Amino acid sequence: MSAIREAIREQPRGRLIVVEGIDGSGKSTQLHLLDKWLRHLGVLVFNTEWNSSDVVKEITSKGKKKGLLTPTTFSLLHATDFADRYERNVVPLLRAGYFVLADRYVYTAYARDAVRGCNPRWVRRVYSFAVRPDAAFYYHVPVEVAVKRILTGRPKLKYYEAGMDLNLANDEYESYRIFQSRIIEEYKSMAATEGFRVMDGSLDIELQQAQMRRQVMELLPPAAAAVAAKELAPA
Amino acid sequence: MIRSGKAMGPRALTFYGDGIPSLKGREIKGRLIVIEGSDGSGRSTQVDLIMAKLESEGHAVATTGLKRSELIGKGILTAKQKLPLGKKTLTLFYAADFADQLEHKIIPALEAGYIVLADRYIYTLIARSTVRGTSRKWSNDLFGFTMKPDLVFYLDVDPGELFHRVFQKYAGLDYYESGADLGLSDDLYDSFVIYQRMMAKEFKAMEKKYGLVPIDANRPVAEVNADLQGRIDRFLHDGV
Repeated sequence: MSAIREAIREQPRGRLIVVEGIDGSGKSTQLHLLDKWLRHLGVLVFNTEWNSSDVVKEITSKGKKKGLLTPTTFSLLHATDFADRYERNVVPLLRAGYFVLADRYVYTAYARDAVRGCNPRWVRRVYSFAVRPDAAFYYHVPVEVAVKRILTGRPKLKYYEAGMDLNLANDEYESYRIFQSRIIEEYKSMAATEGFRVMDGSLDIELQQAQMRRQVMELLPPAAAAVAAKELAPA
Repeated sequence: MIRSGKAMGPRALTFYGDGIPSLKGREIKGRLIVIEGSDGSGRSTQVDLIMAKLESEGHAVATTGLKRSELIGKGILTAKQKLPLGKKTLTLFYAADFADQLEHKIIPALEAGYIVLADRYIYTLIARSTVRGTSRKWSNDLFGFTMKPDLVFYLDVDPGELFHRVFQKYAGLDYYESGADLGLSDDLYDSFVIYQRMMAKEFKAMEKKYGLVPIDANRPVAEVNADLQGRIDRFLHDGV
């Protein structure tokens, strides 16, 4: 028994790396590239994405279709989704030494739910069980840039995605623009207190990735860090 | 004969904690009365009896319970069957179900002047979550979005007595209601009794914070009903 406990204790703790930013900020691309790099270095990696748990998917889509969702139920369903991924994957994998890469984390809830009109303090309390990430990268882009990336080709925006439930504008593209800019304001207001690593999402993808990798290097286990240091030698 | 006493005037919605910002300042004309208690405590029977009495007096009455929301309802059961859910996940799921009923059913009915009889409210959810090891503070904070009822009764039944009632009614024990997921004992009777004691302890702990009134429900149905109805009548007519 004590040998088992010993082995568990010696297992190095994993790391939680989070990307945040509005749609079209390029955060998912950056996280994807980081994932490839970490795997190349031999690091154990697990990816988890906002609103992706099977448990609530059907209910959320039913609620959206029928227009039943209020800011409170919308918030609680996202929290349920988060808790499911958190309890099932994030916690055990961090314990097992994985690098957990989260495409959106609690900050997405803080930002969106606040814009939708939930009590910001309540939202933070609901998510109070979530561990602080080792690094939270916030990809900042001007709203016009992000909106242009998303709206190129004039895709059909979904009702809630466009923030139409907020009655910001009659036109869904205009509503989307206002909704996204409000979310940016929320991100900005929490950047300092939450310790965001603010990244310039309008730079070249390669340059952004190099900056991200340099910051993540401090978090790597020694063996992986040594390999990375050689490969990332400043040009 | 409609006897609406002084307790039936309009009142402002009040919340336990942070509340729901869009509902702040709303006025309700009806009243919210909650009956809490374990399965087999006689809850649903009492809700039916009270409803019949209040309706006979001319009050509009609506009932509500857990897992009955249009949005989620049976979705929780489906999800539970698919794969075991974590304790926080389950608590949040029930909270979402409850929020849907609160916003779409309970509050609109209260605004329209209904007396809403809730067959369970948030206290069962908090107790279940707490005995499974989540933080009491977290649950209290989470359910801070809910409105304060006017009256909350807790039907208190001795676990041994409860066991007989449940067995007679369902010819078996519910997996979760006997705490079988907690690994308390290999013996299901022991597990049931221990689990119900743990739940009773949580309800006891909530009495002060949430204003729960314990009702001795070991007594016959009619006796329990007379006790409850007496208290409800006093509240509706005299506001106490």
